[in-house]
Amino acid sequence: MNLPPDYWQTLRLTLALASCTTALLLLLGLPLAYVLAHGRSRLKPLLEAVVSLPLVLPPTVIGFYLLLAFSDSTAVGRFLINQLGLSLNFTFGGILAGSLVYSLPFMVQPLQAGFGQVPRALSEAAYTLGKSRLTTLWRVLLPNMKPALLSGAVLTFAHTLGEFGVVLMIGGSLPGRTRVASIAIYDEVQSLRYAQANAYALTLLAVAFVILVALYWFTKKDAARLS
Amino acid sequence: MIDFHLRKALHTAAGPRQLDVALALAPGELVALSGPSGAGKTTLLRLLAGLSKPDGGFLKFDGQTWYDHQRRQWLPPQRRPLGFVFQDYALFPNMTVRQNLAFAAEGQPEARRIVDELLELLELTELAARRPAVLSGGQQQRVALARALARRPRLLLLDEPLSALDLPTRLRLQDALAAVHRQFQLTTILISHDPAEIARLADRVVELDLGEVRRVGPPVAPAAPATVVGRVLAVLPGGRLRVQLPGGAVVEVSGAAGIGEEIALAVVCL
Repeated sequence: MNLPPDYWQTLRLTLALASCTTALLLLLGLPLAYVLAHGRSRLKPLLEAVVSLPLVLPPTVIGFYLLLAFSDSTAVGRFLINQLGLSLNFTFGGILAGSLVYSLPFMVQPLQAGFGQVPRALSEAAYTLGKSRLTTLWRVLLPNMKPALLSGAVLTFAHTLGEFGVVLMIGGSLPGRTRVASIAIYDEVQSLRYAQANAYALTLLAVAFVILVALYWFTKKDAARLS
Repeated sequence: MIDFHLRKALHTAAGPRQLDVALALAPGELVALSGPSGAGKTTLLRLLAGLSKPDGGFLKFDGQTWYDHQRRQWLPPQRRPLGFVFQDYALFPNMTVRQNLAFAAEGQPEARRIVDELLELLELTELAARRPAVLSGGQQQRVALARALARRPRLLLLDEPLSALDLPTRLRLQDALAAVHRQFQLTTILISHDPAEIARLADRVVELDLGEVRRVGPPVAPAAPATVVGRVLAVLPGGRLRVQLPGGAVVEVSGAAGIGEEIALAVVCL
């Protein structure tokens, strides 16, 4: 097969975006999922709706508003650019920020379900043994929700690989900076280079399949170990 | 010495009620809490442990205030030196038996020796490397008790620790509990429905009903089993006998005897 000239560059960028998104969302998603699973606030349904919005919105809608939010025509954008020096449109940082929003529910929902499945008595037992909330989270809750952690991470990674609309709106298609594999496919097809498009498409298909097989295999193994 | 008067809204099957219990325990005393389900026994234990917040009242332990509604004081469970044994054990599935105990003993001098001693005392040494999921109910219960003791608590709270176990296991664990209580002299509150268990372990029994104390006093020993004499009417397959009792009632029991023979039957109240 003839590999497109930018093949490795594009692939590296795609994997970098998916890895950074997954790592950052693990950090952001854990406290959010913890609050959603344990909180009793009346505002909880509101927060849940906000987290789940990216599931139902067209990616172009998210991309459009983020594009506005990052541009100097809005107050938010001016704050980002002038105060924080963050010029996000058409940069890797911009598509990373977009991916965080776009993949948020894919991280938070499995984690929230994972927190919900660990019996409350386990945390309470840890509290009566003098353990702080943080120690309990780290030593008791997280080790007992490994399948949820894994599915959150894997789904986020795979979902970010397949991201198209948000990246296109915010990042455009700058080779080596914002052109990820899904966008490269679109470009190649537009130029009628089907073989090149196929190289990207086949790669994405293979990666997604391998990731999902690994997820289900590990989940099954872990379930067998704990029961 | 623990001294409390606690109030908390209860949601029972009979509608909303108020838990309202005042009690004082002497150091080293073992008090059994008994009463029908929904009486507020578990709620009371959770209030003492700090796992739920009371609506009002106070709670003092050895002169230290754990809770005082008027002075808005409340000590979180982490800072109350107590051991809690949950009804469903609540062992950490990701840790082995030894790790469960070691996690509890962390931060104490000679944590390792404490863990070894408790494993020995509760006959868990052989099981130390196993995970809770592969243990029997009785074994899990012993781990739960050992774990609750590993932090060297001064108050031990036991929520129906033995109710889910078969009789021989329950008797063995009662021995273990009695031994633990003798050795550590812990002030202990035990929820139990079993009069024999209460009579065997407790210094006093507190009967709760609908959130209120119905009776406080010494445990009542269950009556010795009565016997009746019945006449065998028929020998059934499978080693069963049909027996007529003096009142005329006919019952089926297991045993071996000939038709027309008179046999003694022990009556056990369950």
